[in-house]
Amino acid sequence: MQQPALFEYVLRIADDSLILGQRLGEWCGHGPILEEDIAMTNIALDLIGQSISLYDFAAELEGTGKNHDQLAYLRYENEYKNILLVEQPNGDFAMTILRQFFFDAFRLPFYEALMQSPVAQLAAVAAKSVKETRYHLKHTSEWVIRMGDGTDESHQRAQSAIDHLWRYTNELFYENEVDQTLQAEGKVPALSAIRTQWLSTVTNVLSEATLQIPTNDWKFDGGREGRHSEHMGYILSDLQYMQRAYPNMEW
Amino acid sequence: MTQAEKERRFQEKIDKEIKIEPNDWMPDEYRQTLVRQISQHAHSEIVGMLPEGNWITRAPNLRRKAVLLAKVQDEAGHGLYLYSAVETLGTSREQTIDDLHSGKAKYSSIFNYPALTWADIGAIGWLVDGAAIMNQVALCRTSYGPYARAMVKICKEESFHQRQGYESLMKLCSGTPQQKAMAQDAMNRFWWPALMMFGPSDAASTHSDQSIKWKIKRFTNDELRQSFVDATVEQAQILGLTIPDPNLKWNEERGHYDFSEINWDEFWQVVKGNGPCNKERLAARVKAKEEGMWVREAATAFAKKRAMKQSA
Ligand SMILES: [Fe+2]
Ligand SMILES: [Fe+2]
Repeated sequence: MQQPALFEYVLRIADDSLILGQRLGEWCGHGPILEEDIAMTNIALDLIGQSISLYDFAAELEGTGKNHDQLAYLRYENEYKNILLVEQPNGDFAMTILRQFFFDAFRLPFYEALMQSPVAQLAAVAAKSVKETRYHLKHTSEWVIRMGDGTDESHQRAQSAIDHLWRYTNELFYENEVDQTLQAEGKVPALSAIRTQWLSTVTNVLSEATLQIPTNDWKFDGGREGRHSEHMGYILSDLQYMQRAYPNMEW
Repeated sequence: MTQAEKERRFQEKIDKEIKIEPNDWMPDEYRQTLVRQISQHAHSEIVGMLPEGNWITRAPNLRRKAVLLAKVQDEAGHGLYLYSAVETLGTSREQTIDDLHSGKAKYSSIFNYPALTWADIGAIGWLVDGAAIMNQVALCRTSYGPYARAMVKICKEESFHQRQGYESLMKLCSGTPQQKAMAQDAMNRFWWPALMMFGPSDAASTHSDQSIKWKIKRFTNDELRQSFVDATVEQAQILGLTIPDPNLKWNEERGHYDFSEINWDEFWQVVKGNGPCNKERLAARVKAKEEGMWVREAATAFAKKRAMKQSA
């Protein structure tokens, strides 16, 4: 492989999108309001679409003739490089929305920065996805505010989702030698600058929602290195079921 | 104007193919029939999301996953249009949904059958959306304006679903013997329930005559069922699938296919709630509603607070 760091980097973004899309897909038909069923499906659809473009690019970089499905479906658990946040269970609607909000608040400035990448395929995916992500962030921000400033129950549910998920947010900015290599080549943005924008979005929205930023500073990571939470195996057994049970067939 | 005069004018409009609109005078029974039919249709869209939604996480590749997500999303949209059409008749979405959950309102029995394999998703698109289109194309000309207009929108998407379902089965039928067998098994399980989607036979149908006179319905259940069979036989042949009916045969004289009598006992059992998944489907909808209660309350409370702030 010519560019192993870039391959790894593209997989991360693709896996984040795929696994979060997979989680959102579980809501289908069970949403609290019909309009939210539609909105969550919409976000899932965007994320799956992004993952297809990214896996296509990753397959091209790998250069062994694989297609996007082989990358998406036929790796072992420790070969998936998504962060732990996206694999966390849906929980209640507050948990799902907060998980999505923390992610969107990262993804928007991330894609905006990635649009400047000299790697044409990355810049193209980022340019297409930035519009989608802007809508997702708007949608989730509105719900965070509604829940925080709604009833006592919704406020409390939103706050406990924040308290629970906060520990996973640090990993959004996880960097290792893959990032160092690509940043030195000027191909990808430094995540420290994106962290500042993320924190500003989160602070503004939570404050409008009358919700608190937790003081606990547990920092979970491992996803980017292929070490996942116990939930991941179950996600993959659904995701990979058909491909594993009926190998080498076209659908 | 006397009641008889109002009724005469109403029927005159219908006969002249003038659409009835929400603010027009209409007989109570016309209104009730529409509320019953449109809400049953809306519930079918929503309950129908469940068997297919089940397969989203297990779809065999990314393109199929995206197509299935989009389809189920369309169905939710259909539900929304139709609940709105019911609201134009003076029944709120809340009330309509409560009637579903209490068991008072029905939905299409087909969704009480389980989706067991990936081939079922193709079969549902092809046969179930296919049967739905047969009904719905006719409803694009129904006499009640908002219903007819909702149907025009919905029909376009349904025929897209049907093509996608068919194309998905085509892939299985041109695949390995195992895939082909999976497709045939889906055909065997979905064929009869699909025919049952057209409802009781004309002889046993209680609402048919008046609905035809009011042009709510344009064709009888049996006519639509026959059109569906006639249209589907050739499609099955192209797939190389066998329709599970030994009596299916072209009748030169009638210009239609003959087919066996439906198992009406099974039909009524499922309608009464004794199908394989009736309990699960309803329970899933009730659970979504109960668990979503706090979300809806939060949205209402928030909207009130904001409105107060604005007027302050
Ligand atoms: Fe539909
Ligand atoms: Fe459909």
